[in-house]
Amino acid sequence: MVVKTLPEFPVKKGEPAYKLWIFEPGEKKEMPLVFNLRQLAETRRPALLPGHRLCAGCAAPIVVKLASFAFRGPTIVVTATGCLEVSSTIFPYTSWAVPWIHNAFENAAATASGVEAALKALKKTGRLPYDHVDVVVFAGDGGTFDIGLQSLSGAAERGHDFLYILYDNEAYMNTGIQRSAGTPKYAWTTTSPVGSVLPGKMENKKPIAEIMVAHRIPYVATATPAHWMDFMKKVRKGIEVEGPAFIHTLSSCDRGWRHDTALTLEVTRRAVDTCYFPLWEWTPQSGYMLTDRSLAIARNPKLKQPIEKYLELQGRFRHLLKPENKHLVKELQELVDAAWEELLRKASNAPR
Amino acid sequence: MAQQAGWRSLPKGGVAFRLSTDYKTGDWRALKPVIDYNKCTKCMLCWLFCPDMAIVWDGENVVVNYDYCKGCGICANECPVKAISMVPEA
Repeated sequence: MVVKTLPEFPVKKGEPAYKLWIFEPGEKKEMPLVFNLRQLAETRRPALLPGHRLCAGCAAPIVVKLASFAFRGPTIVVTATGCLEVSSTIFPYTSWAVPWIHNAFENAAATASGVEAALKALKKTGRLPYDHVDVVVFAGDGGTFDIGLQSLSGAAERGHDFLYILYDNEAYMNTGIQRSAGTPKYAWTTTSPVGSVLPGKMENKKPIAEIMVAHRIPYVATATPAHWMDFMKKVRKGIEVEGPAFIHTLSSCDRGWRHDTALTLEVTRRAVDTCYFPLWEWTPQSGYMLTDRSLAIARNPKLKQPIEKYLELQGRFRHLLKPENKHLVKELQELVDAAWEELLRKASNAPR
Repeated sequence: MAQQAGWRSLPKGGVAFRLSTDYKTGDWRALKPVIDYNKCTKCMLCWLFCPDMAIVWDGENVVVNYDYCKGCGICANECPVKAISMVPEA
C-alpha cells in the first residue's frame, strides 16, 4: 500500500492548504460553526480534496465543501452511487479527507444505518475513543427520489441518527441526462426529448422534502449552496438533532441544465428568487419555518421574480421561451404560485 | 521463467488508497482566472465557492492553485467587485 503525501502549497498562516481530517483518540472538542470567512479559511479545510473529476462548474463539490465546514467533529461520509461517487473515487484515487463508504445505488441510507448501529455498539462496549461520530450521507436525486427511496424511508422509520444530504441535479446526469422523478415539468432530458409531439417531461417533480416531513423525523430542510450561511446552519442543526435529518439541496448541473459553467450559483439563486425552490425548514415542534431569502420574499412580495427569470438561463427550458409555448410557461407559473401560497399558509413565521 | 507477481503485490480491491491530489485537473482548463489584487477586498467568496478547492488562502491573499483549477469561472462570476477576470490559456 503506497502512502502518498499531500501537495505542499505555501501558506503563511494557519492550516496547510490541503489536509486529511485526523482526530486524536479521546478528543472531546466540538468544532465551532464559524461564519467569518477569513477565520474559517485559517482553521478549517473541506472534506473533499482537489483532483476529483467532477465537471467544471458542478455544484455538488460546493455542497460537500459547505457541508463539511459545518461538521462538528469526527464524521463518516456515506455516498450513494451518482456523479459525486464515481468521480470522487476513481480507483485507486480517493478525494475524501474523511472516512468514506459506498455500497450500492439503492442502499445509501441502509449503509448509514449499519454504520450508525456499529458505532452505537462500539460506544456501548467502550471501544469508541470519541464522544460522538456523525454519519452524513450524500446522495443524488436518482439515489433518493427513485432508487434509494425505500432504504431512506426505512432508515427514517427506524430512527437512526444520521444526516441525509440530497444534492438534487434533477436528472441522472452521471449516465447521460436521463429523466428522474426529480426532473421538473417541461424540462428537456435525453429520455424526455423536446419536439413537435412532446414539450419535454410531462410529469411533475416528486415532493421529496414533503415526503420526509410526512415521516415525522426530527429535522427536514431545503437549501441551496448559493445561500451558504443558511445551508451551513441547517447542516449543523441536522447533525445536532438526535435521529434522522434530511436536507434537500438544489445543485445545478451545467451539462444537463445547459447553462454556462460560471452561472452555477446564479441559477440556484434565481430558483429561490422565483420561489421555484423555496428555502424552509421543518421541525416537529415549530412546523414549517421559512428561512433566508424566502422569508424576505414572504415579508416583501415585490422581491418575487417571474418564473421566466429562472427558465431563461437554462438550455433545457429553451423551448418554453418560444412564443407558441407561452401557455406552458403560464402553467408552470401557476404551479409555482400554488406551491408558494400553500407554503405561506403552512409556515408559522410567514406574515399574515 | 520470469517470476510472476503474487496476490500479495496486488492492491486491495475496493479500497481507494491514493489521494486524488496526485491527479492534476488543471489541464482541463480553457480559461484561466487571474486575480487583480488592487481590486480584491479579501471577502473570501471565491475561496468559499471554488468547487475544486483551487483557490487557497495563504494568510494574506487568496491565491489560485493552477494545478487543480478547471477554469469554470464561478469565482469570476461571484466576485462582488469583479476583481477576477477569465483570460484564455496561452
